[in-house]
Amino acid sequence: MTQDAAGTPRPVGGERVALKEAESVVVAAPAIFRRRTLADREDALGRLLLAPALLYVVLLVGVPFGMAVLLSFSAARSGTLTFPWVGLQNFWTIAADPQFRLALRNTTLFTVVSQVLVMVLATAAANVLEAAFFGRRGVRMLLLLPWAVPVSLAAMAWTWIFDSTFSVVNWTLRAVGLLKGWLYWFGDPTLAMIAIITVHVWRMFPFATVIVLAGMSAIPAEIREAAVVDGASFWRRLFQINLPLLLPVVTVAVLFGVVFTSTDLSVVYLLTRGGPYNSTHVLASLAFQRGILGADLGQGAAIALFLLPVLVVVAILMLRVARRAEVGG
Amino acid sequence: MERGYVETRDLHKHFGEVRAVDGVNLSVREGELLVLLGPSGCGKTTLMRMIAGLETPTAGEIFIAGERMDADVPPRARGIAMVFQSYALYPHKTAFRNISFPLEAMGQPPRVLRERVHSGARMFGIERLLDRFPRQLSGGERQRVALARAVVRDPKVFLFDEPLSNLDAQLRAIARYELKEFQRQIGTTTIYVTHDQVEAMGLGDRIAVMEKGRVRQVGSPREVYDYPADTFVATFLGSPPMNLVEHDEETLIGFRPEHLLPRDVFDPREDVVIYHLRVRQVEHLGADRLVYGSLEEERRSDQPVIAGLPVTITMPVVEGQVYEFAVPRRAIRSFDRRTGLARGRGDGQAGSGP
Repeated sequence: MTQDAAGTPRPVGGERVALKEAESVVVAAPAIFRRRTLADREDALGRLLLAPALLYVVLLVGVPFGMAVLLSFSAARSGTLTFPWVGLQNFWTIAADPQFRLALRNTTLFTVVSQVLVMVLATAAANVLEAAFFGRRGVRMLLLLPWAVPVSLAAMAWTWIFDSTFSVVNWTLRAVGLLKGWLYWFGDPTLAMIAIITVHVWRMFPFATVIVLAGMSAIPAEIREAAVVDGASFWRRLFQINLPLLLPVVTVAVLFGVVFTSTDLSVVYLLTRGGPYNSTHVLASLAFQRGILGADLGQGAAIALFLLPVLVVVAILMLRVARRAEVGG
Repeated sequence: MERGYVETRDLHKHFGEVRAVDGVNLSVREGELLVLLGPSGCGKTTLMRMIAGLETPTAGEIFIAGERMDADVPPRARGIAMVFQSYALYPHKTAFRNISFPLEAMGQPPRVLRERVHSGARMFGIERLLDRFPRQLSGGERQRVALARAVVRDPKVFLFDEPLSNLDAQLRAIARYELKEFQRQIGTTTIYVTHDQVEAMGLGDRIAVMEKGRVRQVGSPREVYDYPADTFVATFLGSPPMNLVEHDEETLIGFRPEHLLPRDVFDPREDVVIYHLRVRQVEHLGADRLVYGSLEEERRSDQPVIAGLPVTITMPVVEGQVYEFAVPRRAIRSFDRRTGLARGRGDGQAGSGP
């Protein structure tokens, strides 16, 4: 016993003695149960389990990203080890470059048009797939295929579909009598852009459909039935009940879509390689062309980074909308 | 047969092998509040959903106000309004927009819309809540909004699917009273689904007791309580349920716990049947005492029997002792042991069947 300032006795050794007694009771238990294992130490275990993910993000995302930022302020070229610092020079150069401006315009067009199409198609498809009909599971599986097919494989098929000689689209249109002349899909800038958007929509929409379907099944059945009993027509239910309640989920789908689309390189690169006459480049493909193929690492990095601030803002806005809709305000 | 305002004829709904509703003939009178009462899974909700048009019958017919409701008559054309168990308020719309939604769907002009929403809100005392979203409302307030939404379209029939089950016990009694008041006031034919017998007894003009997809009995609360059509109704209604005791090979006799009282309580001239009750346990519940025991007659049975003694009977009852109890002969019901159907008072009111 010790005495504190107020003079009241305070037990010090007593507790320890009690603890010791408690321990002596469990001495009989097998040793393995007495020792604190790693599984008991949640703090250490948590760090250990997070480590691979963290390592992955830092090494494969963080480092290249940091490098890209550094490179965009330099005149580095591939093949040399010099790193001449040029400040914002790369950004001024590309801002004045008509090729870059076209790519920026294309990226915006590509993103906005394909996202609008994807969301309309996905909502329609989700409504169809929700209805009970024979073979629904099969159709659902089929629908997911475009998403599962490797993009290079799909692009090959699509290159044939839009081939200047063998285009099945052209032949079909002619056979039906809708087409008099001939469409050179990859020879005309507008047609090439249409082709690119078509393929991209085809690729993206299954995923969006699945997300919308999941969102629809999350709407309580009674709410949807209440709307039916309340006498609302299909369109009124769609626009006044289902879509508003789907908004948080759809927002997330659009957010993903915008990020995936505006940073996508594969469709453009595999279909047109930016052609004809560099008219269908998007920022990602232009960055690849300038930075990797053209060896101008600095400019390539600057082009690639250009959209980053925009995408960050888009992401923040969309997440806010999603949050607000979730709270039901 | 009287022509019901809402009528079902040999209505069936089968989900694969399961007969959720198995041949229901029901006739709801104009202006009455009919309660569909039964344990969960008895088909009462499915029956209501078929009347609403949310579920397509496997077979049978439905009539509302004399009109046949074929499967292709959509819910909106049936003149019904429904209040769901969860209230199913639209979470992204204010109370006002929730209530006005059915009117908007009818294409009412904004002026009429506003008027009717406000008069509906006034009816349930929720005018000051009209700007709020459902998540800003309490359970009781949500229920009122749901009721207002049902009322504004002036339906021919109300369908209520356990609308009080999400309220806490205290609120429920008040809400039950208000609901009854409101239904009497506007006099709209109402079908009310519940598994709560107290709710059914308190609310219903008539009760239809369902089990396994069939209607066992239709009658006023007093009728189904005092003259149950079979042993299921006898034991489903009443808490504690009716005592059923073997009488002979073919007969079960039944009497309510509140009728099984100490012999001395009865007037000596009253016609009673005397039983010897061995008391096993006594529960003091405040307003009454529940005495659990078994009968010691020449046909001994170990079936537990419950006596409900009101607090006015102060006679001491000791566990383990045998006492002389009695039941007035008029309170005794007899049932066929094999079929479970009631005997005597031949009008067993097998509600189903024309």
